[in-house]
Amino acid sequence: MREHFPALVAVIPMIAAPLCVVLRRLCPPWIIAFAASLASFVAAAGMLAEVWAGAVIEYTFGGWEAPVGIAFRVDALNAPIAVLLTVVATVVSAYAPTSIAKEVDEVRRPFFYVLMMLCLSGLAGMTVTQDLFNAFVFMEIAALSSYALVALSTTPGATLAALRYLVIGSVGTTFFLLGVGYLYMLTGTLNYADISARITDLGGSRTFLAAIAFIAAGLAMKIALFPLHSWLPAAYAKSPSAATGFLAAVGAKVSLYLLVRLYFDVLRPELKLSGVYLNGALVLASATAILYASWRAICARDVKRLLAFSSVAQIAYITLGVSLVAPGGFAAAWLQMFGHALTKGGLFLALGCVVWSTGSYRFEDLRGLGSSAPWTAAAIVVGGLGLIGVPMTAGFVAKWHLVLALAGSPQWWLLAVVLPGSLLAAVYVWRMVEVMYFAEAEREVNPPPTMVALSWVMVGATIFFGVHAEELTHMAESAAKVLS
Amino acid sequence: MTDASLWLATALVAPFAGAAVMLAARRRKRVWMTAAAVAPLVSLVSLVAVARLFAADEPVRLTAATLWGDFQIGFAAEPLGMVFAAVVAVLWPVSVVYSLSYLRAHDMRDRARFCAFFGASIGATLGIAFAADLLTMLFFYEALTFLTYPLVTHVKNDETKRGGRVYLGHLLGASFVFLLPAIVWVFSECNTLTFTPGGFIDECASEPHWLLLLFVYGVGKAAMMPLHRWLPAAMVAPVPVSALLHAVAVVKGGVFVLLKCIVYVFGFDLLARADASWLVYLAGGATVLASVIALLQDNLKRMLAYSTVGQLSCIVMGAALLQSAFAGAVLHLVAHATAKIVLFFAVGAMYTAGGHTTVGGLAGVARRMPWTLTFFAIAGASLIGLPPLGGFVSKWFLLEGMVASLSWFAVGVIVLSTLLNLAYFGRVVRVALLPAPAAGARTHGEAPLGMLVAMGLPILFVAGMPLFAGFIKDVLAGIL
Repeated sequence: MREHFPALVAVIPMIAAPLCVVLRRLCPPWIIAFAASLASFVAAAGMLAEVWAGAVIEYTFGGWEAPVGIAFRVDALNAPIAVLLTVVATVVSAYAPTSIAKEVDEVRRPFFYVLMMLCLSGLAGMTVTQDLFNAFVFMEIAALSSYALVALSTTPGATLAALRYLVIGSVGTTFFLLGVGYLYMLTGTLNYADISARITDLGGSRTFLAAIAFIAAGLAMKIALFPLHSWLPAAYAKSPSAATGFLAAVGAKVSLYLLVRLYFDVLRPELKLSGVYLNGALVLASATAILYASWRAICARDVKRLLAFSSVAQIAYITLGVSLVAPGGFAAAWLQMFGHALTKGGLFLALGCVVWSTGSYRFEDLRGLGSSAPWTAAAIVVGGLGLIGVPMTAGFVAKWHLVLALAGSPQWWLLAVVLPGSLLAAVYVWRMVEVMYFAEAEREVNPPPTMVALSWVMVGATIFFGVHAEELTHMAESAAKVLS
Repeated sequence: MTDASLWLATALVAPFAGAAVMLAARRRKRVWMTAAAVAPLVSLVSLVAVARLFAADEPVRLTAATLWGDFQIGFAAEPLGMVFAAVVAVLWPVSVVYSLSYLRAHDMRDRARFCAFFGASIGATLGIAFAADLLTMLFFYEALTFLTYPLVTHVKNDETKRGGRVYLGHLLGASFVFLLPAIVWVFSECNTLTFTPGGFIDECASEPHWLLLLFVYGVGKAAMMPLHRWLPAAMVAPVPVSALLHAVAVVKGGVFVLLKCIVYVFGFDLLARADASWLVYLAGGATVLASVIALLQDNLKRMLAYSTVGQLSCIVMGAALLQSAFAGAVLHLVAHATAKIVLFFAVGAMYTAGGHTTVGGLAGVARRMPWTLTFFAIAGASLIGLPPLGGFVSKWFLLEGMVASLSWFAVGVIVLSTLLNLAYFGRVVRVALLPAPAAGARTHGEAPLGMLVAMGLPILFVAGMPLFAGFIKDVLAGIL
């Protein structure tokens, strides 16, 4: 059993997906989704435990060795991502039944779980696979199911948002596939390790340049890296709250992992030789994103858009850490990835409690929340403090490492962007706080206790990891070691 | 766990535990009122125990959590922190008495929430006082900012909303843009953040001047001009908040961080060698400027706020003269805390009893509120530096140090600011002594008894400080 964990983490949700519909008369679909996510989490946690002990897990499907078969490989870089994915999926599938009861038509509700399981399977597959084409297939599974997740919502405009997401997302995956094709032309293999071995000494071949350009552009669209982020705010705003919570927490992160894996692990030797570094572009895009997206969040017209633009800014901190191409920067990036996933996931789940009560997510819906729903309001405040990067939240741990990495790097002037970025975050977080605590409540808000409690699971985790960050930091540092 | 660390843990946990009880039982008056009364006493008693063990040279250390790497949330008692914690712990119960009386008189909402955040803010202040390293200190420093925000904006209206924005904007802005990079800088060069007597950056820091500048402006709570504007803005808070937090805990927390960094991060030797005398001029200029602005204020609370800005800079100026005037600076911190809290209490009493908010409207108050005005006058006289009050002792030691180090600029600043103190406190007393205007004025009596009691207790410290100033000086002798 243990040796099959890498496959199980992706296969369990894939099998669970059709069962959610087939067995819907026998068993509520959310239980199947919850059980599958939990089982998948057990597999991921088992892998993390092995990786923690210093092992690298290799797995070949059906015993067919690469390059004939498909290989999965789990090391310190991707094991934590698999755990993160499955934890979030577990929390969200327990949260979803109450939440989508108000946001999705009854006939479509079972499909929510089908799509979520497919999405989880796709993301998990992207995380563990060791094969480029396989990564593309899983990426398509995750992408198609997330377009459909957005479109499930009854919110007006959800279909349009899903269509925009689909168009940009498809361009992104197509670019990625083109890049994969070029790499295949150059090396004749799709296996990461083989590519890495064969790619050296190309002498700056144009095909290689085209390949990395297409892969970078394609993945940048998936990550919503500025200026390719335009699909994200509408998609997050219009989709059902549970779906937003899931996608915002882990959706972009896995593509980001893939980008880092390909550039700084698989293609690293050749990139170093040909002197083609991604970091110049990454620095520029990230720095602009932090300022621009935070500004858009400050001006956002509703709460979900505010949080969505905040995601664009927060993801930029991750890419900024990556762009330093140094162990400290990679560790900071991985910490930010975790901190932000938990924080933003928790925030969207807490906001889902408001949507459940009021049916919308305008700023007016937050009025008086501090007195009418104190726990929900407190969850939003704590999550907000995490976004600012206040000490005692996971956000601070990430910020500390990022600032430390920047201070010791030639790009130390980026501190002039990172530090004021926290203040911009404070401004948009305080837009919510002031409405929640200064305005009088207009109506009763009684979110279901289970939904509030599950938001607190995520938000509480950010506090826990804010004061007990030893393991988290160790994990991030081990991840950074893989890349150097 | 040793006895000492257990007592220290009790002292630090009591405010937060009390706050949690008050929030949870906010609809049950008897329960939260009990918690509000018990938490300060538990903290005070445990601190007395800590002080006894500390005086017996027992090491008082506590590790609350391991953060990451070599970082911990750690606490340790040292002379400076003991003095600061003692001031805070003694004045806390007094202000609880005053707060309850004030909240009842003004019929305010959410009293339990108010007392809960009040207590938690004190907990954060004690955390700053005992922090064993810069990172722990930063944790509690930021916590103090966020825990006091609900107090500043307790009365919810547009004015407090604006005041709250200025408050958070300045304090967060300074700490993220200056303080955090300063701490990261220290760590990246010296690889440690643990406070060490005599400082630890002597060997490793490449730019001590820039670092000191980052600290001086990064600690926005010390209200160094031009980053002082949050303090007048925070005067939208109810009076007890202005009194304890913006005369004792928050602002003194800021100055304390600076003093502690001067002793335990930079060290006197480094600063003497590097000649950081620019800080004397910076702080001295701010002292005079703030006192002049205080003189121009008609609003009583704003006047006190600018007076605080001036006195804080005065403390920093003393500390910047290093060994010679450092003890004087610490004594001035104590003297100013005890006197300023009485001044705020008195102003709040005048507001409660007669609705007075401006100096100009005080005519006749001396006759109607003799006790309140007497307390105000004594506390004011102490800050002016009249013998035999606390302010006289602290200014004596400040001047002694300044003369000893031949810093005539600093002596001039003290003289000038004393004259300005005399002018603005004297004006209040003079107007209050005028006969009441015949028509149109409200008649009113003395402030509620609770407020008078709360004013009377710190006055004992103001008047009795000459008796224990020598003791404080002895305690500090270890670090000088």
